[in-house]
Amino acid sequence: MQRLLRILRLVQKEFLALLRDKKSRMVLIVPPTVQLLVFSYAATFDLNNISYAVWNEDTGRYSRQLLARFSGSPNFKLAGTITHEQEVAPLMNNRKVLLVIHIRSDFSRNLLSSTPAMVEVLLDGRQSNTAMILLGYVETIVSNYTTEIASERGIPPPIAPITLRAWYNPNLKSRWFIVPGIVGLLTLVVTLLVTALSVAREREEGTFDQLLVTPLTPFDIILGKVLPGFAIGMVEATGIIVLAVLIFHIPLRGSVGALYLGLFLFILSGLGVGLMISSLVSTQQQGLLGAFLFLVPSIILSGFATPIANMPTFIQNLTLLNPLRYFMVILREVFLQGAGVSILLPEYAALLAIGVSALLLAGYFFRRKLG
Amino acid sequence: MAPIPKSHPMADLTSPEALISANGLTKTFPSPRGTLTALDNITFSLKEGSITGLIGPDGAGKTTLMRLLAGLLLPDSGEIRIMGNNPSRDPLSVQGSIGYMPQKFGLYEDLSVQENLDLYADLQGVPRNRRKELYAPLLSMTALSPFGKRLAGQLSGGMKQKLGVACSLVHQPPILLLDEPTVGVDPVSRRELWEILRKLVRESRSTLFVSTSYLDEAERCDEILILYNGKILGSGTPESFRKEVAGHGYRAETPGQSPRIVEPTLSLLPGVVDTVLEGSTIRIVMGGDTPPTFSESLGEIILKSVPPRFEDAFMSRIKKITNATPKLISIDRLYPRQSRNKNNKNGSPYAIEVENLVRDFGSFRAVDNLSFHVRKGEVFGLLGANGAGKTTTFRILSGLLAPTGGKLVVAGENVRRAAAHARQSIGYMAQKFSLYSQLTVFQNLTFYSSAYGLSGTQQKEKIQDSLIFFELEPYRNVSSGILPLGFRQRLALSCALIHEPSILFLDEPTSGVDPNARREFWHIINALATVGVSVLVTTHFMEEAEYCDRLLIMAQGALLAMGSPSEIKEKTKSPRIPDPSLEDAFVSLLSDFKKTQGDQK
Repeated sequence: MQRLLRILRLVQKEFLALLRDKKSRMVLIVPPTVQLLVFSYAATFDLNNISYAVWNEDTGRYSRQLLARFSGSPNFKLAGTITHEQEVAPLMNNRKVLLVIHIRSDFSRNLLSSTPAMVEVLLDGRQSNTAMILLGYVETIVSNYTTEIASERGIPPPIAPITLRAWYNPNLKSRWFIVPGIVGLLTLVVTLLVTALSVAREREEGTFDQLLVTPLTPFDIILGKVLPGFAIGMVEATGIIVLAVLIFHIPLRGSVGALYLGLFLFILSGLGVGLMISSLVSTQQQGLLGAFLFLVPSIILSGFATPIANMPTFIQNLTLLNPLRYFMVILREVFLQGAGVSILLPEYAALLAIGVSALLLAGYFFRRKLG
Repeated sequence: MAPIPKSHPMADLTSPEALISANGLTKTFPSPRGTLTALDNITFSLKEGSITGLIGPDGAGKTTLMRLLAGLLLPDSGEIRIMGNNPSRDPLSVQGSIGYMPQKFGLYEDLSVQENLDLYADLQGVPRNRRKELYAPLLSMTALSPFGKRLAGQLSGGMKQKLGVACSLVHQPPILLLDEPTVGVDPVSRRELWEILRKLVRESRSTLFVSTSYLDEAERCDEILILYNGKILGSGTPESFRKEVAGHGYRAETPGQSPRIVEPTLSLLPGVVDTVLEGSTIRIVMGGDTPPTFSESLGEIILKSVPPRFEDAFMSRIKKITNATPKLISIDRLYPRQSRNKNNKNGSPYAIEVENLVRDFGSFRAVDNLSFHVRKGEVFGLLGANGAGKTTTFRILSGLLAPTGGKLVVAGENVRRAAAHARQSIGYMAQKFSLYSQLTVFQNLTFYSSAYGLSGTQQKEKIQDSLIFFELEPYRNVSSGILPLGFRQRLALSCALIHEPSILFLDEPTSGVDPNARREFWHIINALATVGVSVLVTTHFMEEAEYCDRLLIMAQGALLAMGSPSEIKEKTKSPRIPDPSLEDAFVSLLSDFKKTQGDQK
């Protein structure tokens, strides 16, 4: 009972120290909000306003019809028309256009005589990712057009047409993919910073010694750091989840319970890592560096932006240690797929294992440093 | 930039203008508590070829004045002239002629001694062909020649300061500004540093302006400028200050009674300006020529007249401007009787027992087979040069560091087994203010009292009593980080005492503190000792050492000498120094030790 009260006071002290200081208050509120907005609005794989140029040597109506489909699309923006091959390079090189559509003079004639007609697409390969996505768009428009003229002229459509339907994200909006990921990202940043810096700050100010000479045990002190981190992580994550649903209209299809169970376990491992960093460093600057040393790889290796399946086997094995990796799965499956607890059990187990071992390691490092 | 030839300032010397002068200097800073006046209409001038000491407690405005002179700050009003130039208007014009050594001198710890010197020579544009002849006297003067290849980070505190002085002298400036060069340095190194400065003035006619918060260092200067709360409280030679209080000083012996108990009463007698403990005697300073008269109830008091010293004059002057009415403190509310009985519960007469204590850091033995006992109600001092192992010992005793070997009993508990339990009976006050600066006074008290297990009405009453006793009530809801210096120290003490510990650990508790506040602080400590609280102090500060019942002087991790201040002084009495001060004793003990060490090698 007495002990509980002491720990409660430790928690209270931690909150007061954090919230009474203008600088740490800002750290808790401003960067997460800014990051949420920046990531959600700016980080998208969808291409809009694709500037392209047309090099049309054909005078028939088919080429005009095809090109009308591009100029009519909201994703494309015509940047110019050219007539010579020499004009292509300057446009590409100066990033005036991402794409040049070249239609040869025999396009309409070939179509009428039922010989295969060619559309040449020149892409800026310097941004390979963009080029690939762009190619997909172009192919969709061209194949839709082909099917249409085929049916118009009574020719049977291709024998095995592919009908595309994306489950869980029917329009393949990349925002639906990214915003749930940001919940994990920002929660990690906040919990890591709060714990990694708080012990270091106490060391710098000398209050850590003052704390150690009290009858509080190292376990009490660690608990006094973990609990506020928990509360802060939970509150921040909840804020971001609410914004994701209300402002970005991401569907939250799964059970909130499954989401928060994942969040709880994820914060546990975030705090464990944060405490481990803070037990090893002696200044806030070192703590900040340590936190970023962990943050950057764990974001890249989480599947937040690039799929883990694309990584070399060795790196894939490395991601198994990354708590964010598991939480990404939980977030996306709960948000988009509507998953419940039972389907996510392997992820929960992994997070629990990482969290508990990180906290145990942190406790060990604390003890060793004191000895 | 070419080095300033030594003959350069001579041109100005013939003119009536002083080398450095300031006229009506005022500097204010915005602070959370409104505008802070760091310097208030300061006017002075420095004599060429002398050491002028800038004396004052922390927060008096010393660093601000130094930075203004170095051209690093601009004054709000007033004018500075350095060799005819104005650093505020044209900082570059004076930077060749002054060397400035800030409080925390920017030595590059990962560079060697020689590389640091080279770097500062490069920065000051000293030509390469002249460096050898310039370095030689600097290195021999600071005795750093054997350590040219050692990394600056591995030097002791005293040696770092010496290297700092050497680096600021590398371009041979005629004027040297030193901001608290001796803070945190042990008495032996401090003495060596002053000898270096003295030699510098004698040999190259440099002009030195040295700030310090150690009042005893004032006596080593040619001229003194006292700065107090941003105002000049006096200036003159040390003799002129001593003359003011000649015949006012006495030393009282109180046979049969502890001076600790008598001293507070004496301080309240009419005409008494200052009282201070000196080992087993009390030093008394009167406001005039009449000796103090004692009532019968005080018991036998033997009074001897003593020669005046600078500190007496300093205290007399402060007394005149601060009209605080001294009062007798009673710690009954702070330390209720039941806790005193609790302290005497277990039978052992000792509060701390240390036997064969050892602590290794890798292959380095920081504490080597140290044994001593601290009695209950004793004020025990732990002294030693930088690196002698006293901080390590202190941290082991307070439970911040585990010993490698040996027996350690604190407050009846074996620290190695029941550390958390032993910590319930100790209070700890670090040298640096180490409470939560974002939390208010009340929140700090609440937190620390909870950490020690206080709760409910008992806690509320205890906090209220502490607020009243330490006169912190008006600051109850002020963030502790923006408290005035003296109040911060009171808060630190009140937090350390909130659980009525039977042992108090103090790490250089009053270094740099206003002498008035220091006396107040030690009144409380003395009162605690008289009710049976044991106090362990570690310090470089001989005035604090004088307050101790017994002292332990450490050298290279082992015990060098132990005894009361007078016993230790007695040990080093010699025909050359018939009445050694504690500092004399300390220095001679350590230099004897070094000699025997050298002989053995």
